[in-house]
Amino acid sequence: MTRRWRTLLAISLILSSAACTRKPGTASTLKPTAFGATLVESSGGKQIGAIGTVLSQPVIVQVNDEQGAALAGALVEFTGSAGLTFDPENALTDTSGQATTNVTLGIGAGRYQLTARTFTAHKPVDLKIEEIALGYQEQLGFQLNNKYCASCHDPESTPERVSNYDNLEIKPHPFTDGKWLNKMSDDELSAIINRGGPALKRSAIMPAYGYTLNKAEIEALISYIRAISDPPYRSEGAIVAKQ
Amino acid sequence: MIPHPMRKWLSRHVLASPVHRFGWASLLLLIALAVAPTKDFFNEWRHYQRHYRKFISTRPDSLTLQHHFTGGIQQIWLPELAVVDRCTTCHVAVSEKSLLGDASVPEPFRAHPPVAHNVKDWGCVICHRGQGPATEVAEAHNATRAWEEPVLPARYLEASCGQCHRAPLPGTPQLNLGRNLLGRYGCVHCHTIKLSDGSTVKPSDHPPSLSHIADKTTREWTYAWLKDPYAYAVTTTMPDFKLTDSDARDISAFLIANSTPVAGDTDEVAKTPPPDATAGASLYGESFCASCHAVQNAAGNVVGGDVGPELTRIGNKAKPEWLRAWLRNPRIYDPETAMPHYRFSDPQISLITAYLGNKTDSDLLANVHLDPATPEQIAHGKLLVTTYGCAACHEINGIKKPENFAPELTRVGSKPLTEIVFLPGMKRSTPDYIATKIRQPRSFGAGLKMPQYTLAPAQIDALTTALLAFTDRAHDLPMALTVPARAPSNYQPAGNAGKLMSDLACFSCHAINGRGGDMAPDLSWEGTAVQRPWLQAFLKNPGTLRPALIRRMPKFNLSDAEITELTDYMMTVYQTPAFDRDSLSSTGYLPAQIEEGKQLFYSKYACQSCHIIDTKADKGYVGPTLTQVGSRLNAAWIYHWLKDPQALEPGTIEPTRNMSDQDARALTAFLMTQKGSNKPGARK
Repeated sequence: MTRRWRTLLAISLILSSAACTRKPGTASTLKPTAFGATLVESSGGKQIGAIGTVLSQPVIVQVNDEQGAALAGALVEFTGSAGLTFDPENALTDTSGQATTNVTLGIGAGRYQLTARTFTAHKPVDLKIEEIALGYQEQLGFQLNNKYCASCHDPESTPERVSNYDNLEIKPHPFTDGKWLNKMSDDELSAIINRGGPALKRSAIMPAYGYTLNKAEIEALISYIRAISDPPYRSEGAIVAKQ
Repeated sequence: MIPHPMRKWLSRHVLASPVHRFGWASLLLLIALAVAPTKDFFNEWRHYQRHYRKFISTRPDSLTLQHHFTGGIQQIWLPELAVVDRCTTCHVAVSEKSLLGDASVPEPFRAHPPVAHNVKDWGCVICHRGQGPATEVAEAHNATRAWEEPVLPARYLEASCGQCHRAPLPGTPQLNLGRNLLGRYGCVHCHTIKLSDGSTVKPSDHPPSLSHIADKTTREWTYAWLKDPYAYAVTTTMPDFKLTDSDARDISAFLIANSTPVAGDTDEVAKTPPPDATAGASLYGESFCASCHAVQNAAGNVVGGDVGPELTRIGNKAKPEWLRAWLRNPRIYDPETAMPHYRFSDPQISLITAYLGNKTDSDLLANVHLDPATPEQIAHGKLLVTTYGCAACHEINGIKKPENFAPELTRVGSKPLTEIVFLPGMKRSTPDYIATKIRQPRSFGAGLKMPQYTLAPAQIDALTTALLAFTDRAHDLPMALTVPARAPSNYQPAGNAGKLMSDLACFSCHAINGRGGDMAPDLSWEGTAVQRPWLQAFLKNPGTLRPALIRRMPKFNLSDAEITELTDYMMTVYQTPAFDRDSLSSTGYLPAQIEEGKQLFYSKYACQSCHIIDTKADKGYVGPTLTQVGSRLNAAWIYHWLKDPQALEPGTIEPTRNMSDQDARALTAFLMTQKGSNKPGARK
């Protein structure tokens, strides 16, 4: 009796493990016609998007051969942290050596790592790319940043907005400047937003926003600054701004 | 039936005596009674709650968390919203601030990230959907036979905000974009969407009338356009109807044959040799045509505004004689156009016509060879125009705008799964159906009329989000809980000035009293803000106020009489009731007060980081240049603006500084001395 049970158990274990190792349909059906040497990012890294949404720009990577020339027909596989989805998951590089995928972020706010992988003649080559997903609060902060802060704090100009960064004698800290901003507590950030630079004995060029933005808006701004900082900020829980 | 050994065993041990029988029956009964409590004990939610207690015991703040935790089934009941949510039975820690932003916390114990509403007041399913009263994971999250509304995927979550909030919210960019696209792409020309207040969603596009199309363009262009609108303009909102060659031939035949001329909408083409192209390009630039019209450059980037149509290949489309008359006065051909009536001179019209006429693509019409239309083709074209509902968007002579041409979408966000025909292999969910329907409308069967749009993945998600907001709940919500959008304003200025403002299409860029665009400043209180001589000079020759802006006020070549008419009207009518324009003197400030203002400007308030007073030293490019603010603005306006800019222009990026009266007065004194050059309004 016991032996029969054991046999049954063993068979079922083997069957279930076999079923779990490879889900049907995930195997790549694309056949590479070329094998590259290096994999480089063309565009689409370090994007910021709302949780669960598709990033506004696709991620594009390029496969080069040993001479550094773009290579068509190489297979690129995209994988990533839990929750990331790719459309498509596998692609062959086009005539300009590029493979393109649309990335949808997971439902949790934070940083997502994605890996593009191509195969050389001997071994796989990986390229790591990071994207940032914003939750509701950070997304709200992002909107406020675009309206009130970006004109001075973002050194990059866009076709719609000329950055004022270069015009300022005392340079504001870009919000990605984690080396500096991570050292400041939520209280300090909230003080400087509320009462301006002089609140922390810093430049008056930073005006006070405490009469323009409310508490929730300042908390949202701080959460956005924390979300995009580089190196990443280690959260200490909920953000509480004073006003 | 029962095997012999067991029968023997039964009679010996169980049925031996009444006492035995009673004992065994009692035992059986006890086991039967224990089934329900046992099942209850092994419930999924108990499993999660046990798991949670074990989890928090490992944390440093376990005592506090233990204190906050209440076992058993938890419920949020909101009778007025018909919400019974038991989600917090398993998601026990949604309000635990100390578990926020900690990736090491396993689900379902993560705290809810901060949002505009408190979970305790609104429950879960209003935003996340799913089956609130369920206490099992599968029933709560997925669609079941009894409950067709599964949890809404996070990528469409903003749809839930849109159920109550009709106005754009700062925290819902995707929903805002989707609603914008619903209007901009004219979805609601064909699909009716009713709101709970009885109004309907209105389109925001202005599809051109086709009643006089033969004056404007050729049959060849019409044919090429119908076959592939994107080949002509990548930014167009006209979709691809996937017409066959013969169908496009017949529709173009009908539209051209059906067209009636408009008196004065064509102009004799100048016989003078074509003026030089650089002058045309400069005039195009100086007139700020690019504020509204885009052109695709050699690199493939589309540069320019999206108020008017893209002009990359306009030379293939517009007949020169029509273009001349259009540039002379667009309102003759289309009285409703957003294009201003520039008062161009004849040489200027020739310049721009020649410049635009050269914007062609030699491939576009190269392979279009159409024989003269036959009456059969024209008749068939008319039939096709009716079949495809062209008149739902475009005005066409002799064809009535069809009513309810496409399915109504008032409750599309709650469309029951049983009413949806899914494609093979498609996920059975309403959001996936809507997204696929937008992405590939014709894949749902032969003979479908919905055309193919070219939309980016983010645009499709945004549109799906906007559509998912039209749910049963949104429609049946108590009126007290809806947050309405600001009522659309049909403000129209009166008299000759009003006519002039319509002619110049001021509302295409400026808003006044709630009506108009947001490209340029709101003019509702312009009469209080500015000084009359400055406004006159600005209308005559608009100077650069904000050097960083790429979109600017064009020069309309107005006559002195027109400028006086407009200035009189604006100075009289567009005044704020909050204070009197002349309540502060524009001159006579003491040098000491002016000096104090200067100190405040440069040190305490550091205004020079955003504004320019001294063109050599200051570099602030965020706000308007203030070199001549003393001859542009009134002292009372400056004073009140400094005290509370948000009160005068809600949403301005100028921060409110809680300035003392004394500081504001000193700054006003300093700013009023900034008179700039002797020619107010002159271009810097």
